[in-house]
Amino acid sequence: MTAYVFKRLVALIPVLLGLSIIVFAIMALIPGDPALAILGAYATPENVARLNRQLGLDQPLPLQYLTWLGNILTGDFGRSYSLNRPVIDEVLERFQATLVLAGAALVLCTLWGVLAGIVAAVRQYGWADRIVTFIVLVGISIPSFWLGLLLILLFAVELRWLPASGMYSVYGGGDLPDLLRHLVLPAVTLSAVAAGVIARLTRSAMLEVLRQDFIRTARAKGVGERGVVYRHALKAAMVSVVPVIGVQAGFVLSGAVYIETVFQWPGIGRMLVNAISTRDILLVQGGVLVVAASYVLFNLCADVVQHLLDPRVQA
Amino acid sequence: MTSAAGIAPPAEAPPPARSAWRLILRNRLAAAGLVVLASIILLALVTPLLPLHPPNATAPANRLLPPFSDGHLLGTDHLGRDILARLMWGTRLSLAVGISATFIAALIGSVIGILAGYTGGRTDNTMMRGIDMLMAFPYILLALAIVAVLGPGLFNALIAVAIVNIPFFARNIRGATVGIVHREFIDAARLSGKGRLRILAADVLPNVLPVIVITMSTTVGWMILETAGLSFLGLGSQPPQADLGSMLGEGRRLLMNAPHVSYLPGLVIFLIVMSINLLGDGVRDALDPRLRAGALARPAPMTAIDRTDMGTDVAPVDAPLSVDHLTTQFRLGSDTHHAVNEVSLSLGRGECLGVIGESGSGKSVTALSLAALVASPPGVIAGGRVLLHGSDLLSKSARELRKVRGRDVAYIFQDPLSTLHPQFTVGDQLVEAIRAHRHMSRAAAWAEAVRLLDLVRIPNPRGRARAYPHELSGGMRQRVGIAMALANAPEIIVADEPTTALDVTVQAQVLDLMDELRRDRDTAVLFITHDFGVVTQICDRVAVMYAGRIVETGPTRQVLEDPAHPYTRKLIDCVPVLGSGRRRFDAISGLPPAANRLPRGCAFAERCELADAACRAGPIAMHEIAAGRQARCVRPLAGTS
Ligand code: SF4
Repeated sequence: MTAYVFKRLVALIPVLLGLSIIVFAIMALIPGDPALAILGAYATPENVARLNRQLGLDQPLPLQYLTWLGNILTGDFGRSYSLNRPVIDEVLERFQATLVLAGAALVLCTLWGVLAGIVAAVRQYGWADRIVTFIVLVGISIPSFWLGLLLILLFAVELRWLPASGMYSVYGGGDLPDLLRHLVLPAVTLSAVAAGVIARLTRSAMLEVLRQDFIRTARAKGVGERGVVYRHALKAAMVSVVPVIGVQAGFVLSGAVYIETVFQWPGIGRMLVNAISTRDILLVQGGVLVVAASYVLFNLCADVVQHLLDPRVQA
Repeated sequence: MTSAAGIAPPAEAPPPARSAWRLILRNRLAAAGLVVLASIILLALVTPLLPLHPPNATAPANRLLPPFSDGHLLGTDHLGRDILARLMWGTRLSLAVGISATFIAALIGSVIGILAGYTGGRTDNTMMRGIDMLMAFPYILLALAIVAVLGPGLFNALIAVAIVNIPFFARNIRGATVGIVHREFIDAARLSGKGRLRILAADVLPNVLPVIVITMSTTVGWMILETAGLSFLGLGSQPPQADLGSMLGEGRRLLMNAPHVSYLPGLVIFLIVMSINLLGDGVRDALDPRLRAGALARPAPMTAIDRTDMGTDVAPVDAPLSVDHLTTQFRLGSDTHHAVNEVSLSLGRGECLGVIGESGSGKSVTALSLAALVASPPGVIAGGRVLLHGSDLLSKSARELRKVRGRDVAYIFQDPLSTLHPQFTVGDQLVEAIRAHRHMSRAAAWAEAVRLLDLVRIPNPRGRARAYPHELSGGMRQRVGIAMALANAPEIIVADEPTTALDVTVQAQVLDLMDELRRDRDTAVLFITHDFGVVTQICDRVAVMYAGRIVETGPTRQVLEDPAHPYTRKLIDCVPVLGSGRRRFDAISGLPPAANRLPRGCAFAERCELADAACRAGPIAMHEIAAGRQARCVRPLAGTS
């Protein structure tokens, strides 16, 4: 097992390098002169040239990349000019908030996705199956930012059960129950799409597994239907569901961009949207890099869990 | 799928008819999707011709009118603009942008995919690595990075969304291209000296086009959502131009006092995407042959039972198991495959009965039918009884039957690699078998499991109990299968080709073991095989099956030395040396009849040298040809009575 994890970690290096090249390349493509952007339209040509030299922008691109990579690896993502603080500080702070939201959404979508998938498979072609199938379709077709607004309208404006926005109450908040109350609506919204995808997949994986020979063996032993479905079939089906949960993490992180905007959640998605509006390129760069890297890491975890589940493929 | 309609199935076994109904329902939903989508597109097309307010004309006096106001059917927004007009123009824009993005992604992705797939080798490798890299980004993040570079704007959002979706196309289309690139017609085109571009355009492209179209239909909904999303964030369309996403984004600020400004555009996006998804799903389902064949249906806990004929024979009192006119069918659509036809047999205490036949003769289905283990749908037990000490197993409920399975009647299956659960240790699987029928602590059951492993002569049973099936050799796995069958000391064991997957030496060891164990315990065994060598080694009596019927039965030695049925004769002639393993059924010229088109008369007539009109006239009955011997033939080769 450790050997497998190690192998996967080593294989991660080229992927992360690739990510960094793509991010660097995208930023290098930006039209216009960054120094000019920083100094403003009234800068003298000498000042621009000096800053360019300072920033290393007069070097050839591959060299610029290496310098940049070296900085990144030492935790230096540059300085955000719009916030006037180090990018890394801002990114890490915001990323924590996103992790709370995305983590909760991921747990939720796994929970109901798998449950709904099982129910649909067990009651295949029955009413429960049809209802689940329909909800799943709605879930993957609904614009999440719209769903968020509807939920705010219902639960925050009409019923006044839950707060409409933010992560903590401005007055007297700050503790865990307060956080949870703020978390409910955005997390539920964010989990909708991914839950639909997971439910679909669980249903088809269960149906696939239920036709396998070892299920017949379990029945021939006299194992009850419950044991057959929940012990034998579910365990086998999870092998193909777990990696999809890993992929869903990407959709959840993506969806967080909308949901954070809708619910004014102080996460990295909202930070990115603001940074794009203010053309704070270094901030965008840092944010994108950190989220992408964490997504890659999460997929690795999903693969490891899959290998733990299935002894056949253990390295 | 009409034959099973109106027949009450046992609990939880859906009749095939219901799946047909579901297909229609699915397609009805798909039809609904089509209608909605078509109307939206049509409306979007004719929008400029309709007598609408100008979408961007502001009228501060008419701010935030609610829906159904005079002159403004859906009300107005914060600048007094008519929402209906804005919705229709916004829909037009959103559709145009989403569809354009789809076409751009499809074009670039397909070019990459076809080039990579056709060229292969290093080019393919490099291109796909790059694609994988792009896919390592969470979806929207890449789009955001691109918009960050290009700057906010609807056109830039379109480009970003298209780029983000290129990898999907590239991957799918590369896969399709790789699939056809080595087919003859491509080789022929290459040999004919056609240029590379012409081959790609004239031979490859038409063949991968369906994949491109399918990928487009599955991604277009997403792309509409994504472009709307970017506009919602303020990164797409900029005022005064408005697509559905930016209308929603603007309306969001008025959520508290004028919710209609934001929920209407969202509703339209939802309708568009939902109708696309409905349509796509419906068409995909309708095209899926597995769904039609019921191959995706969940097998019920027990085979569906729909008996028209309950058998007639009086069960022999002394026989623990007797099967009476058992008939099992596979109902696929309107087609019925007659797998097992009125099979009768009985198994005495401690007796071993071999059932021999070619694959497809119905021997395994007979074995599985005994405990209603045939997968259903599509399997249906259509007649007969299975009597265990005189009580009919087939009239039991699934719950009652569960108590019989593994306790009174246990199974040993072929190929334990697929019949043992790959993710549980063999010890756990044995414990489960034990605890399914006996109240026992886990620890005691584990000790019992180790004892069973020892009994089937697995060396180091304590250690092996902790092994997973794939960690054992084929012979060891089959011993585990045997141990599992013995777990509750059943009176009857049904062994379905338990040695077929093993090589000859291991096969002999396993057979010896089984023979010894059954004699020690006085267990009756129904032994399914296609190997006469195996039958001679272990079976007291043998029943020969052909096309779902037993054609001859009698004591093993007599049948073997003096077969009565022409089919048995040929089978035996095919065995070069008894016990040497593989016999060659192919030595009999011709093929058995298809199970969905069985002849009225003798099923063997097409391959039989003695066949004449009498053989084909009608069903041939089993005749007693000597004491304890029966054959289904009008002119048996042995016996006279
Ligand atoms: S019934 Fe006729 S065709 Fe059939 S096996 Fe006997 S002789 Fe041959």
